[in-house]
Amino acid sequence: MLAAENRHFRFSRSEMTLREKLWHVSWSFVLLVTLVCSVGFLTLYSAANGSIDPWASRQMMRFLVGLGVMLAVSLVDIRSWMRWSYLLYGIALVLLVAVQIRGSVGMGAQRWIDLGFIQLQPSEIMKITLILALARYFHGASYGEVGRPIFLLPPLVMTLLPVALVLKQPDLGTAMMLTLAAGAMFFLAGVRLWKFALVIAAGAGVVPVVWKFMREYQRQRILTFLNPESDPLGSGYHILQSKIALGSGGLFGKGFMLGTQSHLNFLPEKQTDFIFTMLAEEWGMAGGIVLVSLYSLILVYGYAMSLKSRNQFGRLTGLGLTTTFFLYVFINIAMVMGLVPVVGVPLPLISYGGTAMLTLLFGFGLVMSVYIHRDVHIGRRGASDDV
Amino acid sequence: MRDSLIQDTDRSKIISRRAMLLAGGKLALLTTLAGRMYYLQVMQADKYATLSDENRINLRLVQPSRGRILDRNGVPMAVNQENYRVSIISEETDDLDDTLDSLGNIIPIGEHDRARIIREAKRHRSFLPVTVRENLSWEDVARIEINSPDLPGVMIDVGQSRSYPLVDLGAHLLGYVSAVSEQDLQGSNDPLLELPGFRIGKAGVEKIYDLALRGKGGTSQVEVNAVGRPIRELKRNEGEPGVDLNLTIDLNLQQFAAQRLGNESASAVVMDIHTGEVLVMASTPSFDPNAFNRGLLPEEWKELSTNPRAPLTNKAIAGQYPPGSTFKTMVALAALESGIITKEHTVTCSGRYYLGNLVWYCDKSHGTLDLKGGIQYSCDSYFYDVARRVGIDNIAAMAKRFGLGSRLDIDLPGEATGLVPNHAWKKSTLGLPWTSGEDLNAGIGQGYLLVTPLQLATMASRIANGGFAVQPHLSREMIQGHETEPRVAQEFKSLGISQASLATVVEGMIAVANQPGGTAYGARILDPAMAMAGKTGTAQVHRLSTYEHKLEGGKKPDQLPWKMRDHALFICFAPISAPRFACAVVVEHGGFGASAAAPVAHDIMIEVQKRYPARLVLQEPCCSSDHKHG
Repeated sequence: MLAAENRHFRFSRSEMTLREKLWHVSWSFVLLVTLVCSVGFLTLYSAANGSIDPWASRQMMRFLVGLGVMLAVSLVDIRSWMRWSYLLYGIALVLLVAVQIRGSVGMGAQRWIDLGFIQLQPSEIMKITLILALARYFHGASYGEVGRPIFLLPPLVMTLLPVALVLKQPDLGTAMMLTLAAGAMFFLAGVRLWKFALVIAAGAGVVPVVWKFMREYQRQRILTFLNPESDPLGSGYHILQSKIALGSGGLFGKGFMLGTQSHLNFLPEKQTDFIFTMLAEEWGMAGGIVLVSLYSLILVYGYAMSLKSRNQFGRLTGLGLTTTFFLYVFINIAMVMGLVPVVGVPLPLISYGGTAMLTLLFGFGLVMSVYIHRDVHIGRRGASDDV
Repeated sequence: MRDSLIQDTDRSKIISRRAMLLAGGKLALLTTLAGRMYYLQVMQADKYATLSDENRINLRLVQPSRGRILDRNGVPMAVNQENYRVSIISEETDDLDDTLDSLGNIIPIGEHDRARIIREAKRHRSFLPVTVRENLSWEDVARIEINSPDLPGVMIDVGQSRSYPLVDLGAHLLGYVSAVSEQDLQGSNDPLLELPGFRIGKAGVEKIYDLALRGKGGTSQVEVNAVGRPIRELKRNEGEPGVDLNLTIDLNLQQFAAQRLGNESASAVVMDIHTGEVLVMASTPSFDPNAFNRGLLPEEWKELSTNPRAPLTNKAIAGQYPPGSTFKTMVALAALESGIITKEHTVTCSGRYYLGNLVWYCDKSHGTLDLKGGIQYSCDSYFYDVARRVGIDNIAAMAKRFGLGSRLDIDLPGEATGLVPNHAWKKSTLGLPWTSGEDLNAGIGQGYLLVTPLQLATMASRIANGGFAVQPHLSREMIQGHETEPRVAQEFKSLGISQASLATVVEGMIAVANQPGGTAYGARILDPAMAMAGKTGTAQVHRLSTYEHKLEGGKKPDQLPWKMRDHALFICFAPISAPRFACAVVVEHGGFGASAAAPVAHDIMIEVQKRYPARLVLQEPCCSSDHKHG
């Protein structure tokens, strides 16, 4: 046992120095992320009619802060993240409950806690901590264990608790992302496919119940999504104007800062949720495809870095966070193109807004941490086994 | 440990496989996005490009300026006046109330207006101007401009409004413009009509030449943002301004005639006997067309529409009167042309004419007269006799050749047809046979006969010009819809009347206004170069019974109530040596033509000839056979 322990010790990277860690940082990935963010700065510059203020400048500041956070997170040992994962999940859950209480005390929905320099959204934190918690739970699970329904009950509760809280805020987009990301985690952990089929079937049965709990505007959004032309000046306006902007952009776009739909304000929320529309109006389908390709490249990096890991926790965490990132990309772009209802998911790294930016860069930091500490062996019962 | 390693290898395999499946799913979804992009941005690009342009491009009409109306010497009769308006843009002022207070110190703003401005400012989008006041004077404009630093958001702009500087002079032929009605909108697809505040011609030449005067609207493509604020103008097409309309009217003469008619309910027409140009078309009393443009008050409308002297009617073309003795010219021509009598035909007048056991009266006993004498003294007995011999059908045919009984198609709306009866007409309209008594009545221009002053002037012109079918007109250009071209000298058709017959009638008409005993001898023109030939007429309004005739025959017209007095008529042309102008004057309920109408015509014809002296023979060789007559 000791010999094995020693052999393992040699291969582990727990003793890596800071220099070694920095050496293992995937700088090309950092560059890729910076490139995508730069596309965002450019688009925000155009959205402000050729001005760096008010959006591009502040977004750059947030990016710089986020970049620091990303590197810092990536240098923290993956075992520490594993050790803290349940704690972090717990804190996020408490915060979610806290905003729920404060929100009901205050007026209307409240989703954030003001920390002065940033408005912290517990639901954003939950996007990361839920992945960490589920990764830790499934880390030690054997194939046989995963097959037992009882074993799947705790992670199911872990998922549904925050989903229910977020739905109550109400934030349909985040609830959707949490559910889908958690589903991906279950899938990666090896849960049989027929169980998914069962859940989906059950979910379909729950739809009427969910419908009943939805707010009027949420129902309206879904109805509008199903038939946007029915009410072109009312709720369908956003989707319709977005489609007009996209379509009129054509193959190569109207030119930088020349998007009429965006600059004449026909396009709503052009600097936040509908920024992809603006980009594709000005740069056309060509610009849209380039951006989607850049996103795909980030996904490829995410997969490659995660699968290089020799521990299940790292793999699950990396793939889970990559999936979360994918969900941002897909839901936002599909939403502005009228493929899914408008649920208020920003375009990752590009939409104006600090919280999403920080969440995403934090997540990338974790993926990089998985990669830097890819050779760390972690026993079935967790990081504490090795010490 | 080994187990654990093996297990980890297994799990690694599972997670790798599942990760690949997941990646495949993501790839499929991203491909869907690309496909959707292709659908929207390539396949549907044209559709959305159109929608995008519809969103941002706002097509606005540019109102063309309305053509002016000028008299034959270029004096403006209808113009467009700059209408200075002061408006306020609420978003450019910090405090609407404060600014209105400051503005109120310069131009008075009533409580009512103020409430309206604030209401409109709240209702409209904040960048749209709200009109504070229209029709500002120059002083007001200047004072507002000087104080503009203290009046944020206050702006002055200028629109156009129609103005008739001559007020009531020539109002009937000019007509007026007024707001577009529902009926105007139907049957027209000119988008100009839907412009707020747009005016179209509703009467007179303003109406008949409305399309040409109106011009064609231009368009302005304005880029607007989502709330409709104009960002910039992309393209502008000015359209076509309305053409200026040159009338044949001579304003000096028109004014003279109108003043000469004074307060009578009367009309006068002067026209060129060769070209048909109408130099004077006066109808009194008149009205102010500017009132129609700004909108009539109910009491104004009531006064205008119920006044017994009918100020709104253009009596020159819409007033219909029995022609009275002026019609004897037609009876004489019908008789001569049909060969039933010669000019030597004599009738002895005893003041009475017997038809069967009925008696027809002449105003006095003229003794034995030939045709010239019959015209000169306007002897009714003579024309009873002639009319009975000729018969109504011959007379009617002749009258129609001279323009009576149908519209002359002058370029004015509302022209009346008049009425020239004959056997067939009476049979078909009244279902009764024509009686010989009616022949006699027609012989002196009474009975069913109705003519307009314009028809009388045309009739006189056709007598004077040697029997050519001259048509009166008011516009110096030929105008068809929007198209305008210069009027070429028209070749009027000959009526086919023998010059001898015409000369006989003309001889009689010369005697009327130049020889002692002629009914218009008192209104003769003394200057031989201007001397006129004419024919008086007195049209009975109130038919006297034989008994009344005996009783009241000697009663002077001014002893009768106004409404029952006879209409006074006079037709004439001048100068005798080389006729150029014809004139018709009708004074409603004026009494005798000789005393009420002929003096007016006398004054007008002198004035006309002063301004347009007889053509020199060398310049225009022979007027009676100049190019217009071949």
